[in-house]
Amino acid sequence: MSEQQAVNNENAKHYLRIDRLTKMFGDFTALDKVSLDVIEGEFIFFLGPSGCGKTTFLRAIAGLDIQTSGTVHQAGKDISALPPSERDFGIVFQSYALFPNLTCERNIAFGLENQKFSKADIENRVSELLEMVGLPDQGKKYPAQLSGGQQQRIALARALATSPGLLLLDEPLSALDAKVRVHLRHEIKELQQRLSVTTVMVTHDQEEALAMADRIVVMNQGVIEQIGTPTEIYREPSSLFVADFIGAMNQFKGKAGSKNTATVGDVTFASQEHDLQQDTPAVIAIRPEDIVPHSDGAGSQGATELGPTENTFDALVEEMEFLGSFWRVSLSNASLGDASMVIDMSINAVRQMDVAIGNSIKVEFPSNRLWVFPPGADTG
Amino acid sequence: MTAEITATASVPDIRPKTSKDDRTMIGFMLVIGLYLIVALALPLYAMLSKSFSTYSFELGNFEFAVDKGEGWSEPVTALALNQDLQVVKPEELATSSDGRLAATVFFSDFSFRSPTKYRLRQIRLESSFLVGSKRIADTEWHEFESNQFRRIVLRPSSATGLENFRTYFSTPALFRSIENSLFIAFLSTMITVSLAFGFAYALNRSKMRFKGVFRLIAMAPILVPSLLPGIALVYLFGNQGMIKGLLFGESIYGPIGIVIGSVFFTFPHALIIITTALAISDSRLYEAAISLRASRWRTFWTVTIPGARYGLISAAFVVFNLVITDFGLPKVIGGQYNMLAVDIYKQVIGQQNFEMGAVVSVVLLIPALFAFSIDRYVQKRQVAVLSSRSVPFEAKPHKRFDLICLSYCLLVGIFIVGIIGVCQYAALIKFWPYQLSLSLVNYNFDVMDGGGWASYTNSIQLGIYTAIAGTIIVFSGAYVVEKTNGFFATRSAFQFLAMMPMAIPGLVLGLAYIFFFNDPANPLNGLYATMGILVVCTVTHFYTVSHLTAVTALKQMDREFEAVASSLKQPFYRLVSRVTVPVCMPAILDISIYLFVNAMTTVSAVIFLYAPDTALAAIAVLNMDDAGDVAPAAAMGMMIFYTNVTARLIHLFVSRKLLQKTQAWRLR
Amino acid sequence: MIRRVFKKSALITCIAAISMFAFANPAFAVDLTVYTAVEAEDLKRYAETFNKEHPDINIKWVRDSTGIVTAKLLAEKNNPQADVIWGIAATSLLIMKAEGMFVPYKPKGIEMLDPKFYDSDATPSWVGMDAWVAAVCFNTVEAAKYNLPSPKTWWDLTKPVYKGHVIMPNPNSSGTGFLDVSSWLQMFGETGGWAYMDALHENIARYTHSGSKPCKLSASGEIPIGVSFAFRGARSKDAGAPIDIIIPREGIGWDLEASAIIAGTDKLEAAKTLMDWSISKTAMEMYNTAYAVVAYKGIAKPVRHFPPETLSRLIDNDFDFAANNRKRILAEWQKRYDSKSDPK
Repeated sequence: MSEQQAVNNENAKHYLRIDRLTKMFGDFTALDKVSLDVIEGEFIFFLGPSGCGKTTFLRAIAGLDIQTSGTVHQAGKDISALPPSERDFGIVFQSYALFPNLTCERNIAFGLENQKFSKADIENRVSELLEMVGLPDQGKKYPAQLSGGQQQRIALARALATSPGLLLLDEPLSALDAKVRVHLRHEIKELQQRLSVTTVMVTHDQEEALAMADRIVVMNQGVIEQIGTPTEIYREPSSLFVADFIGAMNQFKGKAGSKNTATVGDVTFASQEHDLQQDTPAVIAIRPEDIVPHSDGAGSQGATELGPTENTFDALVEEMEFLGSFWRVSLSNASLGDASMVIDMSINAVRQMDVAIGNSIKVEFPSNRLWVFPPGADTG
Repeated sequence: MTAEITATASVPDIRPKTSKDDRTMIGFMLVIGLYLIVALALPLYAMLSKSFSTYSFELGNFEFAVDKGEGWSEPVTALALNQDLQVVKPEELATSSDGRLAATVFFSDFSFRSPTKYRLRQIRLESSFLVGSKRIADTEWHEFESNQFRRIVLRPSSATGLENFRTYFSTPALFRSIENSLFIAFLSTMITVSLAFGFAYALNRSKMRFKGVFRLIAMAPILVPSLLPGIALVYLFGNQGMIKGLLFGESIYGPIGIVIGSVFFTFPHALIIITTALAISDSRLYEAAISLRASRWRTFWTVTIPGARYGLISAAFVVFNLVITDFGLPKVIGGQYNMLAVDIYKQVIGQQNFEMGAVVSVVLLIPALFAFSIDRYVQKRQVAVLSSRSVPFEAKPHKRFDLICLSYCLLVGIFIVGIIGVCQYAALIKFWPYQLSLSLVNYNFDVMDGGGWASYTNSIQLGIYTAIAGTIIVFSGAYVVEKTNGFFATRSAFQFLAMMPMAIPGLVLGLAYIFFFNDPANPLNGLYATMGILVVCTVTHFYTVSHLTAVTALKQMDREFEAVASSLKQPFYRLVSRVTVPVCMPAILDISIYLFVNAMTTVSAVIFLYAPDTALAAIAVLNMDDAGDVAPAAAMGMMIFYTNVTARLIHLFVSRKLLQKTQAWRLR
Repeated sequence: MIRRVFKKSALITCIAAISMFAFANPAFAVDLTVYTAVEAEDLKRYAETFNKEHPDINIKWVRDSTGIVTAKLLAEKNNPQADVIWGIAATSLLIMKAEGMFVPYKPKGIEMLDPKFYDSDATPSWVGMDAWVAAVCFNTVEAAKYNLPSPKTWWDLTKPVYKGHVIMPNPNSSGTGFLDVSSWLQMFGETGGWAYMDALHENIARYTHSGSKPCKLSASGEIPIGVSFAFRGARSKDAGAPIDIIIPREGIGWDLEASAIIAGTDKLEAAKTLMDWSISKTAMEMYNTAYAVVAYKGIAKPVRHFPPETLSRLIDNDFDFAANNRKRILAEWQKRYDSKSDPK
């Protein structure tokens, strides 16, 4: 992975370099030799299920829970053993952690006071920040007088007040309701781009990560599963865990074939290249939107048998779910066993192909969208 | 490039560099930890070793020779003589430091008129014997006429062992007290916690009128020494009592009096804890309950009680320990009903048997361990109730409910005001019940026991010092326990020490202080017999409730505040002064006034420690009551009361302005 | 700014006030710490008279009941705080003497004292001042309510008519209580004494911790009969309490109030001065205003409210018996009466 990155970001400046970070809590390994390079100005996400180690990772970077071994370099400086107060970052927590007895203004000014700034400078900076987070006239209020979304903006402004080189966001949106969350997502993204501050955000919400991240670090059980842009993560998952955790994925149990085939039951599909040994158990996976419906087979009764190396076959429509902009259609084919698959079809396609429950349609698994993974111990 | 680094460098273990803050915190932890060790652990250790310090007659160490007119016989030890005579049974050999054994018992034919002469010596210099009251501690032979010999008693040697405990548990009069103490403490706890919860609930959850007045009244018992209700109960229900008919012939001297008095004096302690627990609950939970159409009753059991659970359990063990360790009240009103704390008093004061006093103290420590384990258990289960997002509860009016609350509080209020009113009345009566004219004769403290008016000013001094020093120590200690990371074992030990004082009877603490501080070898010996030792003792004695109040308040703070502050490069003391202290200001003010009033009212902790120029008012109350000057005792008790009321008023006035500034955020 | 100045000055005022409390002490040449059990109302008077003759010695009283003072002294055995103990029961002094806590000293004018009032050693370790005697306080008003006849003897108190109307001090915490018990054992013998107490126990309402309390309770009508000491009864009667002081016919126990110098004092001269003064005629006359029996030969005058028969009924008290059997007696007493004392 680091190879791939090194190639991708050959010329980019590595603002944060993390080398084989391990964090033990007693006998429990929370982080296991995690390495990561972050480019300056990048918005990077730690994504994974709860308990995967993403928050531990963030707190290690912040120095709040310093790692057992491994190093962290920020802007070329080794900060591995430094306490938080000697590092350069701003942080926002899920709980906002706003000081309840201070007005929003004073919360934001907290990090500015007692420094070299003049009183007027502080006031200017505070109103600038309030403006920036879109709450120009809420400065005199106490946190409890604001909505959750507003409070989180104040927390963000406070974290940014000292213009830190690194912004750490620990699930900042998780406590908010859906609408506010989506709204704030855009604002944070916009703000991050505007300030081009290197930002690490922890989330368990894949949608959030896909929508906002420059790159996503997918984590599971204390290790990094994959690092990549949202598209890479989504389009080219490197493991069954990533494939399964992010987006929807049809999965079939089968066996690996030669380097670009795989078998489900007794059907062999052409697939992406894989490095599994022939005949070892494998999971064959394809995203619903990658399955291509073909109009030529429409209208015929019953599903036809699959040909031996064909990636195109007929399938029976079991269920249809209208999701507004598209239909999610459940299909089955006896040769694929009990597993049903879902396919996303546009409203036009459904109309044109006369897709209806009980009908059969012809679908294709494009070989370059068909993934073969070793079966994971834990598929999430 | 990355690949290179990854391939070549080995993975170093990280030794986190400590920040200035960390070092300051460690320093704090050391200082406060040291305080608790010196002020609590070491004196208790001295006390503990005292309980294992035994005295027994070493018969083998005394050697006799007899001359019946035929010259001196071969020397023979008392041990050998006893083997023949069997006059001293093995269990009689265990004794106390004041043990005496007549030498004549070893001579069955002894007659003080006989011409027989006796010689006696000690083989090793580990004990002594007395001729009359003259102490002889050497290894020489001493010769006595029989008339003199009858006045000889042997003294015990000291050793270490479990004999004292054996003696304790084979004395029914003593261990019966365990049962009595547990019974009284349990009963009082049930009554007090129920009453206090009802009261706190009414104050927090209703819109009834006169809340402020009731709050003040409910705090009143904390303003008087615990033995004052005892005095009032005598005037109310004693043989000359004003309303003794209400007891239907039962005597107030005994369990009834102790329980009523205990409920009175522990009520505010329970109320403080439960009110804090109720006050920090999140109104959003109630909004949720209302939106789910839960009935008031259901909301009570599913939201209120679980939310206040920690407070209730905490209050229960606080009250339990207060009652079981109090000695003033049972001493005044307990009659013949023996309690453990009074036993210590009797052992030490009456019999000068320090070892047995220490043994009873050790028995009393068992509830401390019990209380500690309960607290740990509850703490593990407790989740931080209030985050910076939670919204304080504001009650809404509800006519019928408010009326019920009002009547309930009124009843409790009458009980409290009644007790105090009776004391004031008694203090002003010239000679109850024979001369009912009003008079100030009972205020002429200078001609009575206890230290006179000087003791009163001493008490005020002690109160001020204790409030200032105590609040700083307690809050810093609680902060260290709550807000430092790591040092798990140290913090647990600290927490344990902080919980201990609740279970240490003041009398025991005071005695422990004598043994520890009065040892000339102790470098802190200079503290002895000064105001300083009284301050240390009082702060330590009242550490636990203050500590719990501080911890409860600190628990309300978001755990990430410290992380935010350090990310903003702000030293922790700035966070403390700008946020932690202001947010916790109500708790801090509570702690300081709590310490002041307790310093004014404490008796047991300081009864052994006061010096000529540091006699205290509350001790004067005890001594005057002890001497039968009940009305002057009531008068001095009321002086303490009025002082505390004044202190509270000043406190209220000062803090109102302060609170307006620091607590505006609580309003939505 | 102004507010800040104000705050500062308030703080300074506070500190100043506190330090004034702490350091306000009149200047005397020598401070003598004296532990005493003498009634508080008399102490001032004694100190004033003493200072008329010795203005350079300031007495700092530590006044408490005999039990507490004794416990305090024994606890401080290795590092004594007191210079002199003054007016403490001889029984307690004997315990301390046995611990070697005194400096023997023969005060000037000791030849004027009755020898039974001081330590028989050649250089006495302690010197008596006066004697306090047991007595029964009898509230006539309350007795009339219950139709109680006035008791004449100790044994009268065991009559069923007095059931629940008698209070006495617990010997385990009160010197007076022990004095009573030891006098009964000396008068009635070991068996007779315990038999008497068995019978008396049936009538006792409760045992108090302090020796003066029974009389004060009797004076206030809380109980008709309080076994206490004569001095207390006289005082209460003076204060207007409707009580009679009864000296039972069999005889009454008594104890000395005595003084001693604590070993280790660095103010030996001042201590000796106080010891000399405490047996002077002036001092003795002062004791006599409250105590009918004083150590000085031939000066005792009758004291108001003291029954005239008081002196003639003093038993022949054996202090060594009391001191050396104390522990055994108390243990026996506790076994017999304390374990039975729970409410039935």
